Amino acid sequence: MLGLARKLEVGVGKEFHSIKEALLVSSDYDTLYVLPNVYKEGNLVIKHSVFIQGIGTPVLDGEGKYEVVSIKANYVTIQGFKIQNSGYATLDDPCGIKVYDSHNVNIFNNILIDNFFGIYLQYCQKCIIRGNKIEANGTEEQQIGNGIHCWKSDSLQIIGNLVSGHRDGIYFEFVTNSIIWRNISKFNIRYGLHFMFSNNDSYISNVFKKNGAGVAVMFTHKVKMINNTFTENWGDAAYGLMLKEITDSYISGNHFYKNTVGIFMEGTSRIKVERNVLLSNGWGMRIQASCMENEVKCNNFVGNTFDISTNGSLVLNSFNGNYWDKYEGYDLDKNKIGDIPYHPLSLFSMIVEKNPPSMLLFRSFMVSLLDKSEKIIPSLTPEDFIDNAPLMHSLVL
Amino acid sequence: MKRIVKFIILDILKNKIILFYTVLLSILSWSVFSLEDNNTKGLLSLLNVVLLTVPLFAIVFSTIYLYNSAEFIELLLSQPIRRSKIWSSLFLGLTLSLLLAYFIGAGIPILIYSPPDVGFMMLIVGFFVSTVFVSLAFLASIITRDKAKGIGISILLWLFFTILFDGLILFMMFQLVEYPIEKMMVVFTAFNPVDLSRILILLHLDVSVMLGYTGAVFKDFFGTKMGLFFAFIVLLLWAIVPFYISLIKFKNKDL
Amino acid sequence: MIVISDLYKKFGKLEVLKNINLTFNKGECIALIGPNGCGKTTLIKSILGMVIPDNGEIQVQGKSICNNYEYRSNIGYMPQIGRYPDNMSIGAVCEMIKQIRNSRNKLDEVLINEFKLNEILGKHMRTLSGGTTQKVSAVIAFLFNADILILDEPTAGLDPLASELFKEKITSEKQKGKLILITSHLLSELDDLVTQVVFMQEGIVHFHKTILELKTDTGEDKISKAIATILKNKNNEKNS
Repeated sequence: MLGLARKLEVGVGKEFHSIKEALLVSSDYDTLYVLPNVYKEGNLVIKHSVFIQGIGTPVLDGEGKYEVVSIKANYVTIQGFKIQNSGYATLDDPCGIKVYDSHNVNIFNNILIDNFFGIYLQYCQKCIIRGNKIEANGTEEQQIGNGIHCWKSDSLQIIGNLVSGHRDGIYFEFVTNSIIWRNISKFNIRYGLHFMFSNNDSYISNVFKKNGAGVAVMFTHKVKMINNTFTENWGDAAYGLMLKEITDSYISGNHFYKNTVGIFMEGTSRIKVERNVLLSNGWGMRIQASCMENEVKCNNFVGNTFDISTNGSLVLNSFNGNYWDKYEGYDLDKNKIGDIPYHPLSLFSMIVEKNPPSMLLFRSFMVSLLDKSEKIIPSLTPEDFIDNAPLMHSLVL
Repeated sequence: MKRIVKFIILDILKNKIILFYTVLLSILSWSVFSLEDNNTKGLLSLLNVVLLTVPLFAIVFSTIYLYNSAEFIELLLSQPIRRSKIWSSLFLGLTLSLLLAYFIGAGIPILIYSPPDVGFMMLIVGFFVSTVFVSLAFLASIITRDKAKGIGISILLWLFFTILFDGLILFMMFQLVEYPIEKMMVVFTAFNPVDLSRILILLHLDVSVMLGYTGAVFKDFFGTKMGLFFAFIVLLLWAIVPFYISLIKFKNKDL
Repeated sequence: MIVISDLYKKFGKLEVLKNINLTFNKGECIALIGPNGCGKTTLIKSILGMVIPDNGEIQVQGKSICNNYEYRSNIGYMPQIGRYPDNMSIGAVCEMIKQIRNSRNKLDEVLINEFKLNEILGKHMRTLSGGTTQKVSAVIAFLFNADILILDEPTAGLDPLASELFKEKITSEKQKGKLILITSHLLSELDDLVTQVVFMQEGIVHFHKTILELKTDTGEDKISKAIATILKNKNNEKNS
């Protein structure tokens, strides 16, 4: 279909009074300018490759009944809207914006408030979701969907969004070759980022704060997690970063601050954890016995209650050149590496692992005494669970 | 009564040992707060001071003071004063002066450096621990006339509550690891004022969640207003009951 | 003023007082004598409420002393060995006792001057000699013009001059109609003072007689000799 792209204006006193009318007459490559107003038009379905520009943040209201925007075409851009009050139902997952089986769809700078799902992508490729603010006030997992939900997609870019109050902030399942960059995900009920079966992805420079259970990355290989901040994920079974069945991945430059558990690893192998900061967590890392061949090097462990804990006695992972603030060794040859190895596993952390109620005795004199003596003459903790080159000074990270 | 308490407090404050205690506490607290870069960490280091040094000093000092005031007690007894008044005055005098020493030595740096809610808790817990161990000292010193024996008993009491009791609990936990013992443990902690105080402080620090992590019972119980109330009631009982027993004994004691 | 009935006390297995019955009245000056360990001090301490009897009753001025403490405001007590807080000065001790008793009676400070204690009021108790400590005890005992004076071995540590002053004080108090109870070993000391003698042995009151009775019964005119005679007679009775 050849022809010039048109410019259609929607608004009071303009050519079109509703977006639906404009969409009906529109064809591929047209641009819709939508002027400020509250548009209650039920379900808007976009079937052409149009550019829809909101001017002065017009409001699209789903009145609690409809999926507000459904995109069923390639090369669609929607930008500058306030999209609110999508329907609430658990069966067909109504969304603020849902993209069906499309590629090259851009969703820029929208504000999505109180929608069941915020932005939902399924079977999509090469889409960009950038600069959106997605907020909800969910209280229970069943009554709210995810902020950005991506399923069976490829080559997505999720950039600079703010998500809060949803079930999972960002949800990835079967999404490959994608990037999640500079987003902020906080106060979500379950995970800040929920990530499954999604290989070859990176997430970089995101902030995950005060989410119900932190961040979960599961059943995936070749993930890069770089320069993210995981902070204040406090609570029963809350983790800064939970890794489950992850292989061949790289974790670097992240900050883990004030989490119940900084990094929780289960069934992971061949992961490299380097140059991260683990500060003031309950447990710096919990490494389950099912993990192997992971490499933990050049990290700062500062102010954690327990640096490391594990539930096994076999040591299949390596620790090298980390800074541990609990290290009490010396450096006679002045090479900035401690001369005696450091045992990051405290006796009490093992006792607690086996017998959780004994946490009750935490910081009692008795326990400090036990720990001190164990540090000097290790008898119960695995002897080769050591960092052979503990740093004397913290790394600048 | 006020007059006697005043005399006792003045007498104790003239004592160089209580001065030493105050200075020791303040050296410990100021150095802990200025050495640790993080005030919460400083508070945690101070926790051990409060839970070890304070009880030890309170119980030993009080016991010795009571034995040394035998003359004073005798002198007062021949005067028209009720026996319970004499004993209570001694208790009040000792407690108040130890609280004062604790407040000046540790309380002021705590209030200056630490976050207000935890600091306040630390202060209160310190007050309670001092009072409880003064109370225990009264019990120890009424049991026997022999000064050496009395001091021995008080040191044993201290040792029991600060170290042995925890060892016992740890042992029990491992024996009963198969059973759901969390609830029992909550009850058990009530039998040790030191443990109870420690848990109260931990619950007010960030590590509280870790207690919750290991067994929701602790958090659900001690974390609530009800639990806090219960904990304070138990501490109060610890402060009153040993003294009360000693008071009854003192009333019927031949001097 | 003091009525003791069936007073019984034992320390462990040792019976110290075996059913003592005694009555002391106003204006009397009683010497409580007997060998060491006969129960004198225990009897006095019972009256003062420092020792709790196992059985029997003591009434002071018509009221039982059991669970009572106010009666002690009518008693001035001078202990055998006065023990005072070490780091208090003489003045401070007196001041403290005054404040504690908060008595409305006119204070009797004659002895402070007579013993010349007002010159050393600043001295600490631990630095004092036994005699000076005794003087302090005496001062405190007489300070409040109490109706009953209980003096346990009062003259034991005093020098002759002080002893004489002290006896004069007792005499004058006796004349004011007070009840004075003295224990002593030194029988000769008491000759001019006492009106009655209570002799105790092994927790039992051997006899309670006025001086006059005692002297006429035995034909002796010194108390010490009279008692010696009685003891001899007793022994003879036992032996025969």
